[in-house]
Order: sequence, then structure tokens, then C-alpha cells
Amino acid sequence: MKLYFKYMSVLLRSQMAYRASFILLSIGQFFVPFLAFISIVLFFQRFPSVVGWSLYQVALCYSVVHMAFAISECCVRGFDSFSSLIVNGDFDRILVRPRSTVLQVLGSKFEFTRVGRLTQSLVVLIYALINLDVQWSPYKLLTLLFMIISGVFIFSGIYILGATLCFWTVEGLEVVNILTDGGREMAQYPLNIYKDWMRKFFTFVIPFGTINYLPLMFIFDKTEGNSLVYMLIPLVGILFIIPCLMIWGFGVKQYQSTGS
Amino acid sequence: MKPYISLFKMRVLKGLQYKTAAIAGILTQFFWGIMYIMIFEAFYSSTTNPQPISLVELAQVVWLQQSFLVFIMLWFRDNELITQITSGQIAYELCRPMNLYSFWYAKLIAQRLSAAMLRCLPILLVASLLPEPYRFSLPPDLITFLLFIVTLFLGLLLIVSISMMIYISIFYTMSGTGSLLIFGVFGEFFAGMLIPVPLMPDALRRVVYLLPFRYASDLPFRIYAGNIGTREAIISIGVQILWLSVLVLIGRMWIKNALRRVVIQGG
Repeated sequence: MKLYFKYMSVLLRSQMAYRASFILLSIGQFFVPFLAFISIVLFFQRFPSVVGWSLYQVALCYSVVHMAFAISECCVRGFDSFSSLIVNGDFDRILVRPRSTVLQVLGSKFEFTRVGRLTQSLVVLIYALINLDVQWSPYKLLTLLFMIISGVFIFSGIYILGATLCFWTVEGLEVVNILTDGGREMAQYPLNIYKDWMRKFFTFVIPFGTINYLPLMFIFDKTEGNSLVYMLIPLVGILFIIPCLMIWGFGVKQYQSTGS
Repeated sequence: MKPYISLFKMRVLKGLQYKTAAIAGILTQFFWGIMYIMIFEAFYSSTTNPQPISLVELAQVVWLQQSFLVFIMLWFRDNELITQITSGQIAYELCRPMNLYSFWYAKLIAQRLSAAMLRCLPILLVASLLPEPYRFSLPPDLITFLLFIVTLFLGLLLIVSISMMIYISIFYTMSGTGSLLIFGVFGEFFAGMLIPVPLMPDALRRVVYLLPFRYASDLPFRIYAGNIGTREAIISIGVQILWLSVLVLIGRMWIKNALRRVVIQGG
């Protein structure tokens, strides 16, 4: 863990060396999702609600998902751009060091410019919290926190899966975008607006439902039965990382270097 | 004209080589298409008021957007061009007995065409097998289809002339990331990729009609869907040609200016 923060501080300093470019990119990162959110607001000007969800409820959902996405994109960037490590042969260097591969790949890259995206989702979160008419309790705030943490783990798990794919092929990795960018776009709305098969896939295979629809029901008092279950559901999403790490371990064992 | 055509052919063949990437792209775009239509469906189901564009028409627009994505995306970039400018290899390009603007123009169009050729047919084919309201269907009549083809190609020329501006700006800034990002994001928004143009509030729509971006994607797609009538379509073709000539003219003048500043060192 100490090593991880060491990696982080080194990379932070190296990115800060080009301060102007860093600030510009962060601002750009702020605007990309910002226009997407503006579009959602514009949609709600024309349509009163979407399957019973109001603008502010969607905004809350949106901010949680985008926040989780921003954090995981910042910290797990090493896995996202893993194909370059394989192609360059740098992964062989990582293998011979006496530290875990996961830690080293994690530490190989950080994208601190995602601070822009994070700020954007914080603004949306505050906007949603001010306008929402919800009785907040410590349990609900805790659930909200769980949702974000769990979201970070889910996105990280997908990045790790995508990186594992690189052990076999570095072509056509675009497909992983369906789960990362696609998952983000999809989970910014409560999942029950989608068709049944889509919702089931993104609840039971990729557990976006655990940070999205199910806990939101608890926050907006739409649940029936035991609310403790709904509160703890985001934590189930965290478990998603375990099979991902196992598959990664399997991939590392299978890996044959390209030689030279 | 001949060197441009052969360059164009070479590029198209090169693009067709990457089959796996194309399949991956098709799958991705297919997913996005389905997802967008589902979101629109959910919104449409929450109101009974008639909308300026019907859900079925919107589905056509979504599928065309997804299959011709490489035609209309401003951030679709050519890293080779950017490195040429920043590393100074541009000197070789300048030795060629060709006009640099036309040379790059041909190159960029070929790139987009080859990428789209592989992707658009499979996506549209599968989409035409889906149940309503997801189905992609044929245009209402032949004239509509012809107007669609004409506006689509003029739109492609238009998008490339806008992206030429981005490349020329790299002569001054030496990094394409910033201008690509800004142009890409705002261009996407004003082209109606995030929220369809007919669903925008009136004030915003008026601004969008004044800018060139929507004439490359929104216009041809909505003509195909039957949301834009023949008369409006013909007027819009005039607007497309106007924008195109203005942008190409400015681009040519600007690149001349930029090249005058270029200093080639050593060799």
C-alpha cells in the first residue's frame, strides 16, 4: 500500500511538470460530461419524467455513476492502457520484480486530469441534493457512499477484465468500451427504464444494478420489505472485483512473452 | 486529379485491412444504438403529447448515426498527420508536387470512407431485422433516398473541411489534444448527437441551425427518416454548399499563412 502511494506521488509530480496542459485537459474533462448532463436537463424540459423518475432523481444517479467512473479511470488507468505495456514488452519487466503484478500495473499510470470529471459530478450531486425532496438519514448517506465506492470497484473490475484480454489479443479491444463507457452511459439512468434482458444483464453479470436501481429505491423510499438488504446491496457489487482478479491471475499464468 | 485518386484508393485499401477492429466497432456501435433507442423509448412512453419527431423516425436517425459515426465524428483523428506537423516531417510532404490542402483533404476523406464502408452495412442490415420500434427501415420514397445520399456526401466534405481547420491549428499550437477536444465536444452537441435537434428548445435550435455542424449529420439522417420535407432539404443543400465553400476557402488561406511561418531546419 505504501508503494502504491509512492507511485501515485511520483506520477502526480511528473504530470504537474506541464502545468498548463494539465489544467487545460482538466477543464476539457469537465466539459465533456457537462454537455451530456445539459442534454439530460433538456430532455426533461420536453418530457416530464422517465418511467416515474424525476430529473433530480436521475441527476443523483448520474452523479454517483460518473463519480465512480472518474475515480476508477484516474486510479486504474494502468489497466485501461495495458495493451501498450504488452506491445512494448514492458510487462516482462514487471513480471521479474518481486511485487504483485496488480500493484505494479496499477502504479504504472494515473490520470489526474480526471479531477475535471470528478468536479463535474460533484456539482451535479450538490445540484441534485439541494433540489431533491428526500428525508435524509445517516443510513441513506451511508448507502450513497457505498454506492460510489462499489461503483469504483465495478469499473475497476471491468478495466482489469479488459486488460486480461490483452494476454490473448490486442486487437478489437474496442469491445470493452461497451462495458466501460457503455456501462457508464447506461447506468446514469435508473436501470428499470430499460428492457428486461438489458436490466438483468447489467444486474447479474455486471452488477451495475447494485449501485443504481436497487439502492436508489431505498433512498427514495420506494422499497417494500427489509430496507437493510437494499442498503447493503452496493457492497455486493464490490465482490465483482474478486472473479476479475482471479481471471487476471489466470491470464498472467498463461502469458507468453513475444520474446526478444 | 489523378494522384489524389490513387492516394485515395491506397488509403481505402489500407483501412479495409483492419477487420477485427471493424467487427469490434460494429458490436460497440450496435450496443450504443440499442441503448439510445431504449432511453428514447422510455422518455416517449412518459408522455402522450405529440413530439416534433416520432420514435420510429428517431430510431432511423440513431441507426444512421451509429453506422456513419466515422463520417460525422470530429474527433476521428489521424495521428500520422499530427506527428508530421509536430516532428517536422512535414518537409517531405512539402516537396511533393501537390497542393498540401487537397492532398490532406483526399487522405482524410478516404480514411473516413474506408472505415464507414466496413461498418455501415452490417449494422444497418442487422438493425433492419429488429422488431419495432427498433427496426431500421427503407426511406419513404426514391427522391428522399437520393436527397439523403447527396446531403450525406456533402456533409462528409463539410466535416473534413472543419477537421482540416483543427489540423492547421496544430501548426500554431503544436498539440492537437486541446482543439480536438473542444471542437469534438461542442461539435457533437451542436450536431444533435447528444440530444436530437428536433427535441431541443427553440432558442437552442435556432443557434444550431446557424452553425455548420448539424448539416453533416442531423440533416441527411432526418431526410432519410422522412422528418424533413423535400423543399426544406433542397434549401439545406444550398446552405451546405455555402458552408463548404466558405470553410475550404478559409482553410486554404490559413494553411498558406501557416506554411509561410514554417522554418525547416537542417536535414
